[in-house]
Amino acid sequence: MSAVRPPEGAKSMPPAPRIPRIEAVNDFVIKFANVNGSGSASANELFAKAILRMGVPVSPRNIFPSNIQGLPTWYEVRVTEAGHLGRRGGTDMMVAMNPQTWDADVAELEPGGYLFYDSTRPLPPSKFRDDIRVIGMPLTEICNAVYQDPRQRQLFKNIVYVGALAILLGIEPEVVEKLFGEQYKGKEKLLASNVQALHLGCDFARENLRDPVGLKVRRADRVGDKIFVDGNSAAALGCVYGGATVAAWYPITPSSSVAEAFQRYCSKLRVDPVTGQNRFAIVQAEDEIASIGMVVGAGWNGARAFTATSGPGVSLMTEFIGLAYFAEIPVTLINVQRGGPSTGMPTRTQQADILSCAYASHGDTKHVLLFPEDPHECFEHAAAALDLADRLQTPVFLMTDLDIGMNQRLCRPFAWDDARSFDRGKVMSAEELEAGRDFGRYKDVDGDGIPWRTLPGTHPTKGSYFTRGTTRDAYARYSERGPDYIYNMERLQKKFRTAATLVPQPVLRPAPQKTGLGVIYFGSTSPSMQEALELLEADGVHLDALRLRAFPFPDSVAQFFEAHEKVFVVEQNRDAQMRSLLVNELDIDPARLVPVLHFDGTPITARFIVQAIGAHVARTPAPASRETA
Amino acid sequence: MTYLAKPRLRHPTLATNKVGYTRRDYEGKISTLCAGCGHDSISAAIIEACWELDIEPHRVAKLSGIGCSSKTPDYFLGASHGFNTVHGRMPSVLTGANLANRDLLYLGVSGDGDSASIGLGQFAHAMRRGVRMAYIVENNGVYGLTKGQFSATADQGSKSKKGVVNSDSPVDLVAMALQLGASYVGRGFSGNKAQLVPLIKGAISHGGAAFIDVISPCVAFNNHPGSTKSYDYVREHNEAVSRIDFISSRDEIAIDMAPGEVMDVRQHDGSLLRLRSLHAGYDPSDRHAAMAHMQRHQAMGEVVTGLLYVDPLATDLHNALNTCDRPLNALDSKQLCPGAKALARLNDALR
Repeated sequence: MSAVRPPEGAKSMPPAPRIPRIEAVNDFVIKFANVNGSGSASANELFAKAILRMGVPVSPRNIFPSNIQGLPTWYEVRVTEAGHLGRRGGTDMMVAMNPQTWDADVAELEPGGYLFYDSTRPLPPSKFRDDIRVIGMPLTEICNAVYQDPRQRQLFKNIVYVGALAILLGIEPEVVEKLFGEQYKGKEKLLASNVQALHLGCDFARENLRDPVGLKVRRADRVGDKIFVDGNSAAALGCVYGGATVAAWYPITPSSSVAEAFQRYCSKLRVDPVTGQNRFAIVQAEDEIASIGMVVGAGWNGARAFTATSGPGVSLMTEFIGLAYFAEIPVTLINVQRGGPSTGMPTRTQQADILSCAYASHGDTKHVLLFPEDPHECFEHAAAALDLADRLQTPVFLMTDLDIGMNQRLCRPFAWDDARSFDRGKVMSAEELEAGRDFGRYKDVDGDGIPWRTLPGTHPTKGSYFTRGTTRDAYARYSERGPDYIYNMERLQKKFRTAATLVPQPVLRPAPQKTGLGVIYFGSTSPSMQEALELLEADGVHLDALRLRAFPFPDSVAQFFEAHEKVFVVEQNRDAQMRSLLVNELDIDPARLVPVLHFDGTPITARFIVQAIGAHVARTPAPASRETA
Repeated sequence: MTYLAKPRLRHPTLATNKVGYTRRDYEGKISTLCAGCGHDSISAAIIEACWELDIEPHRVAKLSGIGCSSKTPDYFLGASHGFNTVHGRMPSVLTGANLANRDLLYLGVSGDGDSASIGLGQFAHAMRRGVRMAYIVENNGVYGLTKGQFSATADQGSKSKKGVVNSDSPVDLVAMALQLGASYVGRGFSGNKAQLVPLIKGAISHGGAAFIDVISPCVAFNNHPGSTKSYDYVREHNEAVSRIDFISSRDEIAIDMAPGEVMDVRQHDGSLLRLRSLHAGYDPSDRHAAMAHMQRHQAMGEVVTGLLYVDPLATDLHNALNTCDRPLNALDSKQLCPGAKALARLNDALR
């Protein structure tokens, strides 16, 4: 290893004792500005995980472009002992590694914040601000002195800055080393070179970066048994546990990693140990239409099947979604939402497919939607979706988004009860048919609107029927008679009401004191909402909060409206889609629903919610609490 | 179509096949297509083929898209489950159904509008993947249900009933199937049942993606002079590459050979296709030669029919995906759910 002397650049930085500095322990935001494809992602993730291993919760977010190499990408880590996992907004320390975005990155720092940068090439003073602390480290020079291979020079630069930041922020280097040990188990050479790079960074910081940094990580015990995982992997694992055997998909950001994770988990968990054969089939289809077509075919034939896609894919799938609704075929569809409309913002997050999914396809259609709040619920709801699809014989949408799907999130560990068995719904067996049980494919025999079905090949002479998207009578015979059509459509409506009793129920978080104000939210808004509620309460604004977990809305949602004069509906789209759905389905006076809308493609923040609700409350007198039924 | 219901009674001496069914057991509902429609002849050929193959009707799943052709699965194999899907998307639904249960036989019925226009992509990709199925296109060169618009298989220069000349080049599904890797490719004519029945039997017995394009004249909109999909035109220009005898693995192979070039093709399931060549040197195991032969003869205005290409040892998508022998839809939670212990280990790896 070569010795590295402090560079000119570092020396030339003016010491600035008068500048205020942010002081915070286990509660700050650090953002890494990188160039896409430079290998920064794994180093940044390592940084976040090291803090987590010190018992301090973190909430990282990848803000990436629709690009493979060259465009700007950011990784933002919120260090939060209080466990606030939503995006905070604002940046206390910027690790500015991308000249393309330098000016904006520097401008984004909070006053008194810290700018960490590669000082190999000196920059004019105009490139800095006078209300921030600047920490220059000649990363390129250090790496060029030690590594010969250009790729190594680039990759290890990332590890070197992690080493330096560890020293500056008080992260234990041993923790990072341990993580390397796990990551490069059995790959001793890689392990050694990474540890070497880490120490290059640590040593340089100890010797040269003496100006104290007010941001500190201090060991705590706030992580517990929580796991750190992305929602797409969690949903894929939920599909494994829920018994999905057929997956058909077409690559689309931000959902591709669902299918890829399903493949990965199946290769580990679903291979027959004796024969080496697969208990699953995954097809990368030619487009989204074929993907859902395969899922429909597999569902019709009694296999649990799913597809994963995003908004543009759902648009293409709508004809099939209508068929599955009308012909009553189980389908599980994971929609990892991104910014729309059209190609929109493929690498940004939104909750903007609520209406297009709830009412997907022509004619009178309504679909079951589930809204997981984090990876834990992605796992649970994915498994539940497969059960619900079979039970209800209809499409079920798992509505996640890029924020949950593609970011690692600290959440409760996955749980599974071995006593649980799959709910395969109403499938008539050969024995039941043989015993002479009446089979009317579209007949409501149980009063819940859900008919019985048979699977192809069940019985030589009984139970066969012709599945179609055209109208038919209760015995699946082609019919264009009005009464047959109405019977069927009303039964489907009844089935949808049954669905409201089977889907995950909303979660109520009552305010500490009686209030006429309510707030409704769902999905990835959850962590920011939790934090916002605490902040609002501290300001004396009390709200009962209801987290929706599914559509159709269970009765408790209507009751929530009965109990509150005014309800804020917080969502991440322009058109207040959930509000529209609530108004439309529950027949509520729209004036009582106040939209709080965040839709710039970044995850909603507590600051935004507090500001929006706080401003509204300040403008209007507090409503009296309604009499609760 | 006829309005008379089919009689339930059947003649007591009606022959049964080896699994105890009469031909009548392979019928479906009464056809609602026009009298003389080629599609009804194809339904009859499917019924004949399944009866002769001793297939239990409920072991067949029949899937279709939208259009006249796609209605026909209601008119045969009434004891089979059928699925009339959406326009042009039968191949994907069949693919999914096949993945769910590899034990059934899959019959895909489609038309030229369904497969060559709106569903061309799905047709192509199902062929590429080698989904095990007998995929039959009932090809009449015209949109029947919407009353006589040209379809994409209409030949350039052919005339519609109203006298419009088609200026677009035709899509040749047989050529595409050959190029995309289908392992059994044939062309039939609904007016030639003797050729069509063994062609279908061979397709159903095939181990991979089998495709048959059946020219099936539309008596209502495309059976006039100037059409190249009319009964008269196809009869006059039909050039079969060979005569086909299908001999199931259970049949004793009777030697009843006319002089000429004979080729025996034994498929995976043991069944035998005995082909008596009508064109000297035609080799149905040579994909490229088949394409060249067909295109040469079609350029002369001929309709080349028969078994054009077969890879008798072809395998399917399940083989490529290494799926287990037991149908995926028959696996239980024990075989599918890794359980709480495995989940605890997965949780640990995420800390």
